Amino acid sequence: MKKTPSSAKTKISLFVLLVIFITIALSLAAIIFAIQAFSTGQELVAGYLLLIGFLAAALSTYVLFQTRKRMLHLRIKTPPITTTIECRKCSFKSVRDFQRGDYIFKEVDPCQKCNENMLITAIYREVKERKEKTRF
Amino acid sequence: MNELAAMTALQNQIMQEPFGEYSWILNVLIYVFFFVFMFYGQKINTYIMLREVEGSLYKLKYIRDDGRKIAVETIKEIGKSQTDPTVRVDRFLEYFTISPQSLDPAGLVWKLEHVLDVRENRFKDEVKLMAPAADKTQTNNLENTLEAAMALNYIYKVIRHFYLLGKKTLSLYIIMQIQMILPLIMREAEAYASALKAFAYGQPIGDGAGALVAAKLMHGQPTRKIAKDCVVATVPIEGRTAYVIKAEGHGGNVGKPGDATKTIIEENEGKIATVIMVDAALKLEGEDVGDIAEGVGAAIGGPGVDQFKIEETILKYRIPIHAVIIKEDIGDAVSPLRKEIFDSVDTAIERIKQVILEKTKEGDKVIIAGVGNTIGIG
Repeated sequence: MKKTPSSAKTKISLFVLLVIFITIALSLAAIIFAIQAFSTGQELVAGYLLLIGFLAAALSTYVLFQTRKRMLHLRIKTPPITTTIECRKCSFKSVRDFQRGDYIFKEVDPCQKCNENMLITAIYREVKERKEKTRF
Repeated sequence: MNELAAMTALQNQIMQEPFGEYSWILNVLIYVFFFVFMFYGQKINTYIMLREVEGSLYKLKYIRDDGRKIAVETIKEIGKSQTDPTVRVDRFLEYFTISPQSLDPAGLVWKLEHVLDVRENRFKDEVKLMAPAADKTQTNNLENTLEAAMALNYIYKVIRHFYLLGKKTLSLYIIMQIQMILPLIMREAEAYASALKAFAYGQPIGDGAGALVAAKLMHGQPTRKIAKDCVVATVPIEGRTAYVIKAEGHGGNVGKPGDATKTIIEENEGKIATVIMVDAALKLEGEDVGDIAEGVGAAIGGPGVDQFKIEETILKYRIPIHAVIIKEDIGDAVSPLRKEIFDSVDTAIERIKQVILEKTKEGDKVIIAGVGNTIGIG
C-alpha cells in the first residue's frame, strides 16, 4: 500500500491558497482604486470597482473557509462513551468515561459504601440527533 | 496605471451603454453557451461528477489511512511485538477470500463454511504473529480491528478503480453508477471507521444488541461451552427451561449460533417447544433506533451458514421459530452501542417473555439465541 505523509492529508493545496490570496489582494486593490476614483469624481467607476472588490473579497474568503471546513470534516469524530458501574448490594451507581478493558458485567473495584464488588452494568454513547421534521 | 485607466474607460463605456453597440457580445455569448452545452454538455456533466467522486475519494483515502494507523498503533500497544507490524498489517489488508463455485449448488453451504473457517484461522494466526503478547480476547478484538481496516481499504480501492476508469474512458455511465451510490458507500465507510475505533478499544457495538439480551438473561447462571466460540446457560424463565445461547465474550466474536442451536436441539432429542432468536436488524429510514419488532424465522445475518443450519435442524424436528429484532441503521450496527439500543434491550427481554408465555406451556424447554458480536459484553 502506498503511504502518504500525514501532513499531506490535511494540508490545503498550496496552489489553491495562492489563488485565494491573489484574489484577496486584487480585491483590496480594487477597493483602493475605488476610493481613488471616488475622490476624483468618477462615482460610477468607483461604484463598480467597489462592487467588484467586495464581491471578490467575499468570494475568496468564502472559498478559504469552505476549504478549511472540508479539512475539519475529514476528521472522524469519536463520541464520548460512558461506563455505568453499579453495586448490586446497595445500588450505589457511578458513571465515568470508558476505559480500555471495560466490558458489560465485568466486576470492578469494591463499592465505596458497602465494600461489595461493583459491576459494570452499561456501556453506551449518547447521540444528540436533530430530528428532521417530516410529515411521514 | 495606464492600463488601469484604459480598462476603467472601457468598463465605463460598456456599463453606460449596456444594450447599445456592444449588445452583440451578449448574443454571441448566448450562442456560444448554447452550442457548448449542446455538444459538450455530457462531457461537462462527466467532469462535474468526476470532481464529486474525487472529493469523496479524498475523504475515503483519509479514512483508510487513519484506520490503518489505528490498527498498527493498537497492535504495537497490545501485541508488544519485537518487530514493526506495519508490513504485516499492509499485507493483511490485501487478503481476499474466494467464495466456492455455485454452478452445482448441492453442498455449497458446507464448502462456504469450510472456506470461512480457513479464513478465520488464517486471520487468527496472522494476528498472533503480529501481536504475540495478546490474549484470546485481545486477539479477537485485533482481528475485528484489522477486518474493519480491510473493509475500508477495499471500499477505497473499488471507488478509486471506478474513478480512474471513468477518468480514462470519460464514460458518463461508468462515473454515473459510482456517483449515484456514493452517498451510501460513504455512510458505510464512516460506519466502518467508527467500528474500527470501537474494536480497537473493545467497546460494545450496536450489532451486539442480541448478545446483550442473552448476556442479561444468563447473567449469574453457570455457562458451558456448546460450540466453537459459543456458550449456553440454562435459565428458568416463567416456569420454562430456557437454553440461552450467545457468543463467548467479551472479545470481538460472533461464534457459531447455528452449531450451538443444533447441538442443544439434538441433546434434547428435538424436544424443544420453540426457538426464539434475538438480533439487531437494519431499520428503514423513518423508523426509530431501538424499535423492537417480532416475527418468525431465523433472525441471523452473515454469510448464511448458521441460518441454514438452524433452519435444517428446526425443520427436522418441526420446531417453531420466532424472532425478536432490535432496529438500527448500518452506522449504529458497527459503531459503539447507542443509549437507545441499550435501553431497548430490556424491552426485548419483556417481548421474549411474552412470546414464551403465549407460545409454550409450563415445563417446556425453549432456546433463546442472542445473535451478534459480543465485543465488550461479558
